[in-house]
Amino acid sequence: MKVIVCIKQVPDTTNVRINPETNTLVREGVASIINPFDVYALEEGIRIREKHGGTVTVLTMGPPQATDALREAISLGADEAVLVSDRAFAGADTLATAFTLAAAIRKLGAIAVGTVPAGQVDIILMGRQAIDGDTGQVGPGVAENLAIPHITDIRKIEEIGGGRIVVERLLEEGYARLATSLPVVLTVVKEINEPRLPSLKGKLAAKKKEILILKAAELEADPERFGLVGSPTQVMKIFTPPKPSGGKKFTGEPAETVGALLAELAASGISIRRM
Amino acid sequence: MNYFLTDDQKMIRDLAAQIAREKIAPIAAELDETGEFPWEVVKTLAQSDLFRVFIPTEYDGLGGGIFEMCIVVEEMSRVCSGIALAYAASGLGTIPIILYGSDEQKKKYLPRLAAGEILAAFGLTEANAGSDAAGIKTTAKPDGDSYIINGTKQWITNGGEASIYTVVALTDPTRGPRGSSTILVEKDHPGFTFGKKENKMGIRASATRELVFQDCRVPRGNLLGKEGMGFLVAMKTLDQSRPGVASQALGIAQGALDKAIEYSRERHQFGKPISSFQGLQFMLADMATQVEAARALTYAAARAIDAGEKDVSKVSAMAKVFASDTAMKVTIDAVQIFGGYGYMKEYPVEKMMRDAKITQIYEGTNQIQREVIALNLIKESVRAKK
Amino acid sequence: MDPIRVINQNCVGCSLCVKACPYDAITLSGPPGAKPDKATAVIDLEKCTLCGACVEACKRYKAIVITRTTFKGQNLKLYSGIAVLAEHRRGKLASVVSEIIGAARELQKDLSAPVSAILVGSGVRKYTDELLSHGVDEVWMVDNPAIGDFDEDVQAEIVAEVLLERRPEIFLGGGTIVGRSLLPRVAAKILTGLTADCTELAIDPATMLLRQTRPAFGGNIMATILTQNHRPQMATVRHKVMTPAAKVDNPQGTVIDLSYIEVPKSKIEFLEFVEEKTAMVNLVEADVIVSGGRGIKDPKNFAVIESLALATGGAVGASRAAVDAGWIPYSHQVGQTGKTVKPKVYIACGISGAIQHLAGMKGSDMIVAINSDPNAPIFDVAHYGIVGDLFKVIPELVRRLESRE
Repeated sequence: MKVIVCIKQVPDTTNVRINPETNTLVREGVASIINPFDVYALEEGIRIREKHGGTVTVLTMGPPQATDALREAISLGADEAVLVSDRAFAGADTLATAFTLAAAIRKLGAIAVGTVPAGQVDIILMGRQAIDGDTGQVGPGVAENLAIPHITDIRKIEEIGGGRIVVERLLEEGYARLATSLPVVLTVVKEINEPRLPSLKGKLAAKKKEILILKAAELEADPERFGLVGSPTQVMKIFTPPKPSGGKKFTGEPAETVGALLAELAASGISIRRM
Repeated sequence: MNYFLTDDQKMIRDLAAQIAREKIAPIAAELDETGEFPWEVVKTLAQSDLFRVFIPTEYDGLGGGIFEMCIVVEEMSRVCSGIALAYAASGLGTIPIILYGSDEQKKKYLPRLAAGEILAAFGLTEANAGSDAAGIKTTAKPDGDSYIINGTKQWITNGGEASIYTVVALTDPTRGPRGSSTILVEKDHPGFTFGKKENKMGIRASATRELVFQDCRVPRGNLLGKEGMGFLVAMKTLDQSRPGVASQALGIAQGALDKAIEYSRERHQFGKPISSFQGLQFMLADMATQVEAARALTYAAARAIDAGEKDVSKVSAMAKVFASDTAMKVTIDAVQIFGGYGYMKEYPVEKMMRDAKITQIYEGTNQIQREVIALNLIKESVRAKK
Repeated sequence: MDPIRVINQNCVGCSLCVKACPYDAITLSGPPGAKPDKATAVIDLEKCTLCGACVEACKRYKAIVITRTTFKGQNLKLYSGIAVLAEHRRGKLASVVSEIIGAARELQKDLSAPVSAILVGSGVRKYTDELLSHGVDEVWMVDNPAIGDFDEDVQAEIVAEVLLERRPEIFLGGGTIVGRSLLPRVAAKILTGLTADCTELAIDPATMLLRQTRPAFGGNIMATILTQNHRPQMATVRHKVMTPAAKVDNPQGTVIDLSYIEVPKSKIEFLEFVEEKTAMVNLVEADVIVSGGRGIKDPKNFAVIESLALATGGAVGASRAAVDAGWIPYSHQVGQTGKTVKPKVYIACGISGAIQHLAGMKGSDMIVAINSDPNAPIFDVAHYGIVGDLFKVIPELVRRLESRE
């Protein structure tokens, strides 16, 4: 099984805030972490390797410091790591990111990387969404670019065999058991497994690991589809969300108080409804 | 504070701290209550290669030493010293094999210990032979190609959970302590059973049991070193394991201190956080100073051992006695700082106080440690005079 | 030309941009020996992601400029109208559909263009009346027995084809699991922009572009997004935020049957659907936690907490009082001796708010308290409180959350 796990290095978003006076982002010593959902994807990739043999390559598109996230993935058990990095990729929205990652994955099918031989990629895994962008759009986009099936919100991989995979896909009201052919893109939810902690041997290997860096020119793809130029969507502005103002107490009949509470929440863009 | 650890040592420390935070903290209070053995944590430690840190590379270890083991023990003990003890006591049981095992014995046991597949334990103490270790009565009678072991060891940590036991027994009772030997006994050797699990004041997540040998037959090849070397092996082992106990005590003290500082900032009385009262500030200052002194002694002892210094008994005894006395004092003060809440099981410090006490007692009581220190001082003085 | 530049003449070296950059890409530097106020901003293009936070921070001096060009988009003049995806599954239209129709009809006020629903599936003709009753002008229908409920790959192809033929200017989908899986595939197929999980949609009066506003960084910031050169402007809309479309007395809309569109074979095989409404959510990971305390009064009453947990997709928590009373296992306990949690929403029901409990949950992003005692200390830390009988309030809340399910 040749598995590729796409990860993203993200700021630890619990620390990202807006300064209310200047209305600017303040990042007081924000640490960079592997997107938590991607950690579950990596764990699943390693479990596939443990069960079926093969390799796990971890891939990320990002600035040079994204190698930290790749090394962390090696310490968790990935075999090889690839960084797709170029100034040309800056400013990419999800369409451009998916295009770029797909081009990289196509390249990884064609070349050997360290101990991972060339050859078709069987399974592409990633977390259901990144905690900074929160879109969940890159997985389906990568699949479309590679012209292969995708299934999101995977809570379990039941079996893999004979070029076919059976999965449980989470839905609002339960889950669906679906099967599809390999290769496939799967995005995973946290219910899928319990990720392992890094190992010392893994950390020592991570320090020494040679990471393959792919630049734009090596991807053999239309450069107009990379980065800012390849991004139909643009951020017009950012601002502080309306904070739930402290201490509002509602008294009265349940029909009124509940209505008032839900209206307040909706006005703040907060939904507490399931999913 | 910078302790000038190498990058690899920092890596070990950070990983141990992560495991303590994510895997030990959530279950510490529950296991203290139930006394259940922390097999899940052992599995995590194994998977993360932490059992490898003090084992030589030829036997699948990472080639670190006592210092690296101490780092791991301290980080875990900050959160729960009872759970940390499963690791530390296995270290104690492994040291004799590293120091005195033949290549064949090392090949047989060390890789599995390094992988955390099995745990070890050290069996010296008996009901009538604690500080007076020389008074042991367990015998190991040579019989053809085996030894037959009879006797009972008491209060053995990891008893019943470990798979391999380094047991000190008399192969030649006529020669007293000079007739003792250290033998590797496996859990499933016939004639080897365990007593009931002891119900302890503290370190309740660790398993403490009697080892009962009734005509227990063990292959001759399981003798560590030579016959007659039993006490030598034991003493050299304890010299090297003392920093481990010191680290356990150090972890308890640091953990209690951290909690006390945090609480003193949150608790308000007379309109102010209690951390603003000088009386309390002086307590915290003394606690912190003693903890750093304990750490300095512990690190000095561990580094001396790893550097191959010949005479490590004095400094390792000093580390053990000072760190354990510090742990006791700091935890008592921590409970005091927490006030009424400190006495309640709902808050973590009363457990730390109960856990600290044993560090003053086992692996050589603090009275024995003081004897060791004094005898070494006198020996040094005699040598200096010459 | 670099996509982002500092206009040094305008830069005063105030360093607001340095602090604003989430990626640590900006530093202040000047000629050696220069006074600090001669330093100007320098952007490290390797680290910069062109997120625009610095441009925003430099509103006053306008010293940072991002040049935006994109790859060639569609001919904008050919696109008009607002389309929504009529998501359906297992015999029902998804409840989000009435909300996105509502949003579309609001946008219609500014665009004066028809609102259409894209309805794709097997036996879907039965939904047309309901769609028309919400005030859509057209239902673009592809009704074919070969389209399975779970054949998302085929649905994406057909929806893309419908969009290419009908050319709406805007296409909205629900921010549901399916919506957030299907729409990105469609967008990648037809090469246009898609914004996820919008909480606000509006037409910019100057440009007539769709302003798509949505949370990012876990909800810590809001961003307004535009798709300038590509069509349709696509967006998924967060569930239960927009107002559902009011029903229309005399529906005037029509059904446009596009069932001639070819249905390819799906590579996805449907095996089974398992209905499961249990809160599978882990307490420490949960975004929403509903906790019960002494006010629950009786173990069998915990069902009311579970019902709210279910309706919110959250986990069930408990105060020590409830656990000690044996009403719920210790694993659910939140507090000093239980778990420490930091969910997005913590709903404390019948919990007084003792220090030991607060220690475990005071880090929650938003705290809602329901308690019959107006003086309960929990109201001091709650962002919102309802004073009332939880046995009446919670069923009402559940009813409202689950309505149109």
